[in-house]
Amino acid sequence: MSASRWRQAMNRDANSALRQGTSVSKAAGSHAAKHAGAQAQPSYEWMRDTITTVGIRHVAIMLFVLSFPLLVSPFLAFQIGAQSLIFGLIALSLTFLGGYGGMVSLAQMTVAGIAGYAVAILGASGSPEISLNWPWWVALIFALAIATACSVLIGFLSVRTEGIYTIMITVAIGAAFYYLVLQNYSVFNGFQGFQKVYPPKLFGVDWRSPLPFYYLSLALALAGYFFVKHLIRTPFGIALQGTRDNARRMNSLGFNVTAHRLAAYAVSGFIAAVGGVMLVWYNGLITPGSVNTGWLINILVIAVLGGMKHPIGAFLGAIIFILLQTFAIDLINRERFNLVIGGVFLAIVLFSPDGLLGLWARMKARLLPKLSIKTTVR
Amino acid sequence: MTRNQKIALWILVGGPIAIFSAWAIADNLRLYFVTLLNSLTLASLYFIVASGFTLVFGLMRNVNLAHGSLYLLGGYVGYLVAAKTGYWVLAIAAGFGAAALVGLLMQVLILRHMQNQDLRQTMVTIGLSIVIADILLWVFTAQVYQMEAPEWLQGPIRGLPIINAYSAYRLSLLGMGIVIGVALWLLLSKTRVGMMIRAGVDDRAMLSAAGVNVNLIFAVTFALGAGLAGLGGVIGSVELSIVPGEDTRLLLASLIVVIVGGMGSVVGAAIGAVILGLAETYGLAYAPTYSVVFTFVILIVVLAFRPRGIMGKAT
Repeated sequence: MSASRWRQAMNRDANSALRQGTSVSKAAGSHAAKHAGAQAQPSYEWMRDTITTVGIRHVAIMLFVLSFPLLVSPFLAFQIGAQSLIFGLIALSLTFLGGYGGMVSLAQMTVAGIAGYAVAILGASGSPEISLNWPWWVALIFALAIATACSVLIGFLSVRTEGIYTIMITVAIGAAFYYLVLQNYSVFNGFQGFQKVYPPKLFGVDWRSPLPFYYLSLALALAGYFFVKHLIRTPFGIALQGTRDNARRMNSLGFNVTAHRLAAYAVSGFIAAVGGVMLVWYNGLITPGSVNTGWLINILVIAVLGGMKHPIGAFLGAIIFILLQTFAIDLINRERFNLVIGGVFLAIVLFSPDGLLGLWARMKARLLPKLSIKTTVR
Repeated sequence: MTRNQKIALWILVGGPIAIFSAWAIADNLRLYFVTLLNSLTLASLYFIVASGFTLVFGLMRNVNLAHGSLYLLGGYVGYLVAAKTGYWVLAIAAGFGAAALVGLLMQVLILRHMQNQDLRQTMVTIGLSIVIADILLWVFTAQVYQMEAPEWLQGPIRGLPIINAYSAYRLSLLGMGIVIGVALWLLLSKTRVGMMIRAGVDDRAMLSAAGVNVNLIFAVTFALGAGLAGLGGVIGSVELSIVPGEDTRLLLASLIVVIVGGMGSVVGAAIGAVILGLAETYGLAYAPTYSVVFTFVILIVVLAFRPRGIMGKAT
């Protein structure tokens, strides 16, 4: 989308919101409809757009991720590939919320953990006295719904204040949830958590064996990636970025800032919930250790490491984080992993706040000067 | 808030508490009052740690998520000094000094160069908290350190009404909290530095325009805030023991105290600490597996009605 069209979309949206004097979510809905109607005539435009924007690197990366498990051992595909994709998905929820909504929440892992705990409690696990043993798909739907609702609740508590308060409130909520699952034995089974939480055996495939699990993670990660990429170009996504840049102006233009932010929390909560369920299936268990402050912070580390300005940053950060985590044992004492990751994180925050993507952009700008004029729209 | 709303609020909040108190007193008088003393002494530790946090936040808009790590550092240093010299007062001074020094270095070397970038500063403190926690784990291992109370505070005080005997050290915690609270109040309201800090909380730009060296004030406040965390670490290492993981616990406590009490207000920190201390201790005594839920409920209720905390100013 070019800058001029972006601006048009912004103006149209704002004007109609003013005209109708209704809440923005309604306005955005009617606009989406109008938008779709307008786009119905030039039906080949999206095809042309796709062909012109897909470069050789996109094809290469796609081929690589599709063939990755065939090239390496199943251990690597499962341990590195699937794990990176899952953590990438959870970090993606933070990238969307923080990078595009301007709300850096540290409770994304908590939302993922809620989904994981819900799957373990409602579905089947190694603790039959607590688990309700519902059919897997019912448990799954409820888990995703509960986690999304909790994310909206967290959003409701934190969007009433601004900026730096968000991080404080979400840390407090996340840490409190950790102590809750640690102390509570009647529902959350305390320190032990839940063991033997496995994906269902569907269509005769054991989804926990490395290859199917990798492709399942890949499919969900790609779905999440393209969903976020699409969402940030819709009127809703653009209005959300507007509230990030200047909430007061968006408010006076007639946008309901709080509604946009809550919707963003819902979307990111759903993405995190999907990641959380996958994470439980990957580990086969969930314990309070999965939602402790260390992991809350690790999700932020992953998102910041890759760069929060583009959805791909989450996955880039996740790959580097998982590689460090897996292979740091060989280079240094495993106990010192936190020192390494903390140091890397500090270095990134201090020297390249936009993460590796920012580093890459800076390098490119230095190596290939003045080739094209950059737009602000991605 | 109208008068009727106020009355409704008092009934809604006070009613259940009054009913619970009546039941608990009738059920077990001693337990109720021991729990009350326990919660007030815990609140006093929380206040000492959280007042440093809120001071830093109020002046610099800097959420120092390494505050818990500074608490842990103070505790370890205090333990070492006490073990070497045997003087309790020296341990407190060392814990305060070590944490204040690290805080000062953080402010001068790193945070000063990114002023007005709230989020980046917070992320830096997150990175620092990971690094400091891991270095402390490296040096002191995961062993549990427990400091002994000074001789003149060991053993229980006997002959108290209703509760008979109570730990002298715990009771002295209450005194320390009050002393530090009063000292902070004197510092903030009676001295020149305190006046500048208060002015900075209200309007940093104006303070700077008035010719005050804001950087110096920032450094002093940050060192003071960090030092209070270290001081809390030494005091807490007798009562709670010092072990990795305590940093998170105290960070969470500080955050909740400051969110509930109002960010940047020392009085708010005192109120928040008392509320959190009461909720946590009574929760543990009467509903052990759900005690965190009370904290949650308080957090949610306060945020729903006063997003900036009880003493927070609506800017």
